[in-house]
Amino acid sequence: MERFEKAFLCAAAIVLVIFLGALAYSSLAMGIHLPSHFGMIHYTAGQKLRRVLRQTPPFDRPGVREIAPGKYQVTVIGLTWSFLPAVIELPAGAEVTFVATSMDVIHGFFIPGTRVNMMLIPGQVSECVYRFRQPGEYLLICHEYCGRLHHTMSARMVVK
Amino acid sequence: MSTPIVSDAAGFKLERTDLNAVRANLYFGFAVLAVGVLLGLDQAYNYAGVDLVRHYPVINSYYQGLTIHGVFNALVLTTAFANGFIVLTTARGLGRRLPGALVHAALWTMLAGAVLAAWAMFTGRATVLYTFYPPLQAHWSFYLGLALVVISTWITSAAQLVALRGWRRDNPGRRVPLLAFMSIATYVMWDIASVGIAIEVVALLLPWSLGIVPGTDPLLGRTLFWFTGHPIVYFWLLPIYVSWYGMIPRQSGGTLFSDSLTRLAFVLFILLVPVGFHHQFVDPGVSQGLKYAVAALTFAIFFPSLMTAFAVMYALEIGGRRRGGKGLVGWFFRIPWSDPSVCAQVLAMLAFLLGGISGLVNASYTLNLEVHNTAFVPGHFHLTIGTAVALSYIGIAYWLVPFLEQRALWSRRLAIFQSFLYLAGVLILSRGLIAGGLAGMPRRTAIAQASYHMAAWRLPGLMTAAGGTLMVASMALFFLVLVMTIVAGQPAAIADIPFTETVSAPATAGWQINLDRFHYWVIAAVVLIAIVYGPFLFAHLPPDLAATGLTYP
Repeated sequence: MERFEKAFLCAAAIVLVIFLGALAYSSLAMGIHLPSHFGMIHYTAGQKLRRVLRQTPPFDRPGVREIAPGKYQVTVIGLTWSFLPAVIELPAGAEVTFVATSMDVIHGFFIPGTRVNMMLIPGQVSECVYRFRQPGEYLLICHEYCGRLHHTMSARMVVK
Repeated sequence: MSTPIVSDAAGFKLERTDLNAVRANLYFGFAVLAVGVLLGLDQAYNYAGVDLVRHYPVINSYYQGLTIHGVFNALVLTTAFANGFIVLTTARGLGRRLPGALVHAALWTMLAGAVLAAWAMFTGRATVLYTFYPPLQAHWSFYLGLALVVISTWITSAAQLVALRGWRRDNPGRRVPLLAFMSIATYVMWDIASVGIAIEVVALLLPWSLGIVPGTDPLLGRTLFWFTGHPIVYFWLLPIYVSWYGMIPRQSGGTLFSDSLTRLAFVLFILLVPVGFHHQFVDPGVSQGLKYAVAALTFAIFFPSLMTAFAVMYALEIGGRRRGGKGLVGWFFRIPWSDPSVCAQVLAMLAFLLGGISGLVNASYTLNLEVHNTAFVPGHFHLTIGTAVALSYIGIAYWLVPFLEQRALWSRRLAIFQSFLYLAGVLILSRGLIAGGLAGMPRRTAIAQASYHMAAWRLPGLMTAAGGTLMVASMALFFLVLVMTIVAGQPAAIADIPFTETVSAPATAGWQINLDRFHYWVIAAVVLIAIVYGPFLFAHLPPDLAATGLTYP
């Protein structure tokens, strides 16, 4: 290998190490975490997932619940082509845990302008934690194609 | 001191029937591209809030058009182009015919699969987009069609390996010629990578769409899809690398520097197959540790890409300086820009720099939260597959079609203008999509009909439509040049395809000879796959066939 070639590859390796360091810093030191596995919902092809969810906590009661002082859990079900509940009200600054799943096909769960971005897969429960610091209206949209009226699947979030 | 990268530099003539298979693949690929491009116009306007699809014949919805756009451009065109072009480079590299029966079997299998999938999509039986995530269910003919398209690549790979075996028998102890090595490595990588989608389609989706099993496993389907869905981009890219490493240096008057480094870059792509989980960073059911490990592994792909950037730019610099270019950047302006083939491919490389950088954003674990499934993603891949690959296809066609037809290219000037117009268009389009994505504009969503809209999406949407219009206009010029060359180009005698020479000859001893031993790298790749995918599959299997889903949504 020529000298230039070696120098270039060394530089490339150093850049790579810096990038990996930045990655580790953002996840470990800054504490930004990806949505994770909250659990599974067991059902079979003979059962209607809708009925199973109706009997599976927390999805038997979708909506906002205060689980500890200043801490909220928002349970959401995505279905073609809406979210349950359709309106979500939250206090600003509170730590919010979104727990969500799908009733039928794969949906998205995305609040533009925030880091809340996850997939809803039937049989799997998604979870993410976020703190809304700015009061105002937010949009919750499905950002995974889920059929003919995918573009009408949204919910309103009001942070006071 | 230079060494040609083919076995028989003096000239090797391909059989007429083999060239016909190459031609059929190429022209069929460009024909479906024409359809895909026309549908692309609707996708671009959609982001500007204009619903064009109402004016299209046959197409009933944005999503139906989007499905055909993705399947035709990203799956059928790419397969047809690779099956044609790589058969040619393999045969020329080895100085040896590939088994004609296999080459033709691959062609007919690909055609049958494409027609079957097209029927399902055009009749509205498969509006599932080109990712076809279960439990959205398409008609079985769509899945069968895609399976046949994949099988055509395996037949092509078999044809290559038969020829390689024959060549090794006749040339004991010699290094595999570089042009053939790159071509075969491309398909060896793809043989491993395509196993995921093959299992998904044959074991999960076909039996389910035929009603043999009652439901399917959405998470497993997604995981198998993305097992293939990431390295499929290598399958799009590596035929282009064959051209960038093996032909562009010659076309621009330069020489490729290192034989070993080139082979190493291709070997790294064989090893780096199992990174598909980075498309599932926000999926439930995949552990954070696995996501993190795959993020790190994904960054390793950056390395062969930088190797390529170095090798190809160095070769271009040699060419530019031999043509009188001086100074730090002067050589760049002395590259033969007046050669439409070089011009298109160098512009494609420039787009790939931006495409690669935006790809790093996608792959960046935490940053991915900002961009996942937003318009940022198509903003990224219209720079990579949409330009680095597509504009290189165009650049290759600018010498390959004249070679196949034995006619000079019709209007070189228009061809050069076309390439610049395309680059301008994609830069505006991607700028729009990327800005929109960062403002939370979702991808693959009929924004023009959506029940919601944000003010910040307006300008990015307009840019997307403007850029898309330029791209479609540029493609219209490409098809004009293509058709006019075929029917009205000046007859010309073009004896051979352009292949380069390397400054350093392949080593005949030492570690480098192991680079040619594909089975080493296949075994290493399988081990790496087992480490990455093994624990997930072990925990997840047997599949949970519970989701019955939606049919023809």
